[in-house]
Amino acid sequence: MSGQSAFTTAVLHADRPVPVGLIDPKGRPAGKRFDVYRNNVVISLRKALETGFPVLRKLVGDDFFAAMAELYVRNPPPTSPLLMHYGRDIPAFLEHFPYAAHLPYLPDVARLELALRHSYHAADIAPIAPENLALDEATLARATLTLAPAMALLRSRYPVASLWHANTDQPNLKVPDRGENVLITRPEYDPVVQILPAGGGVFVEALQQGHSIQHAAERASAAIANFDLAGVLGMLIAGHAITGVTIG
Amino acid sequence: MLDHRISTLPADVGVGYKPQHFPDIMRDAAPVKWLEVHAENYVGDGGRPLAQLRHLAERFPISVHGVGLSIGGEGPLDDEHLGRLRHLVDWLKPASFSEHLAWSTHDTHFLNDLLPLPYDQPTLDRVCAHIDQVQTALGRRMLLENPSTYLAFADSTMSETDFLREIVARTDCGLLLDVNNVYVSCTNQQTDPVAYLADFPLQAVGEIHLGGHDTDHDEYGAPLLIDSHAAEVVDPVWRLYEHVLELAGPKPTLIEWDTDVPAWNVLASEARRATYIMNGVRAA
Repeated sequence: MSGQSAFTTAVLHADRPVPVGLIDPKGRPAGKRFDVYRNNVVISLRKALETGFPVLRKLVGDDFFAAMAELYVRNPPPTSPLLMHYGRDIPAFLEHFPYAAHLPYLPDVARLELALRHSYHAADIAPIAPENLALDEATLARATLTLAPAMALLRSRYPVASLWHANTDQPNLKVPDRGENVLITRPEYDPVVQILPAGGGVFVEALQQGHSIQHAAERASAAIANFDLAGVLGMLIAGHAITGVTIG
Repeated sequence: MLDHRISTLPADVGVGYKPQHFPDIMRDAAPVKWLEVHAENYVGDGGRPLAQLRHLAERFPISVHGVGLSIGGEGPLDDEHLGRLRHLVDWLKPASFSEHLAWSTHDTHFLNDLLPLPYDQPTLDRVCAHIDQVQTALGRRMLLENPSTYLAFADSTMSETDFLREIVARTDCGLLLDVNNVYVSCTNQQTDPVAYLADFPLQAVGEIHLGGHDTDHDEYGAPLLIDSHAAEVVDPVWRLYEHVLELAGPKPTLIEWDTDVPAWNVLASEARRATYIMNGVRAA
């Protein structure tokens, strides 16, 4: 095994012996000196997760989060030096993490926080001017929309947006007991978390798949009565989420 | 075509840029004259980080400091990451690009720490090849930073300063002299930092770093200093810094504070102290 293979294995596993040939100034085998690297690796990656998942951490508590992070960071370590996207596999990890089985909404909370980070760093594409959507009804219905890379949709069986708000900007919010379709937009530089009205999840998902406004609205109306098309389009426009319109 | 200057940073004091200081810096950055950013935080597609960096670059010389390229890695450099760095350097045209004499990636595993290298011939050959590759890809000379070390390799066949001198001779790169790292490493290796500096190829230095460290002991009670960038620069490091400037003349100098980042005025006061020392050496 090469020097850096042995070093990597030992740095990630505190129960493995320190590789031979690593010494202190007196030539004695490095013990605690090697542990500095062990600590740096695990703590720095744990801190990156703490920065990336503040609401998840608040929901499970600092000790639980730290214990989870200790397992996650080794299993396996990140594959990219871009820690801005580190933790992509946290939702899948949580789905199979037995100690979190009683909190089934955690994977979706993690997905929401990942989506927020992605939105924060997404490309800046200018939104179309609202007057570009001032078309006659028949033309508009045929139109397909290009959506901003900073926009995201999260359809959850759990009230993830309410959980997120209750643990960030709305501490007194009463979290309802139902699923939520969450729209993330980035009007300028700060991503915004909003709950879509009924049918909104079906509608935005259809737009993302490239369907026309009319087709997307029909899908939403098939799912619920009184789908608020104007309201959802208004949220997308206000959130600078529409970057192009194509008349089919 | 290589830009032959190792750095166009001014011989003044800069600080590591933290987004929470953006309003303070735009209001009144004095005495700070330039800023350094970690490359890896500015290779996203867009959003606030890049918008802020574009604003800052209109007013200040910018130094790009990579922390994830793993120049000392046994494996090949990450081409995708090198491409991201090239893109950043191409549009930003920073006054300086620097990286570390260390490794952080092995077999695609990124360990997010600056890990140590044995100073021997195979390592020297590999590091030089990687620096050549970086300088060719970026179309400019880079600065290589001396590490903080906590242990040594029984297999090392040369000193760190000989190793660095050899790298400079073979690759024509410049050096980033981190004076706190000198103090941390020499304390940990029980060697004399003044002797280390006497042996350091100072003519290749394009930038100096100053930062804080934590204090601990190993299992035998020997001092074990840990580079943390989480505190003020300590007095012995300030004295070494003055000594370096007396030997090498004024150099672009950075205050690094990356963890438990303080309010702007604390950082500015560290920058003022460095400026005071540099002005003193200039006047002497």
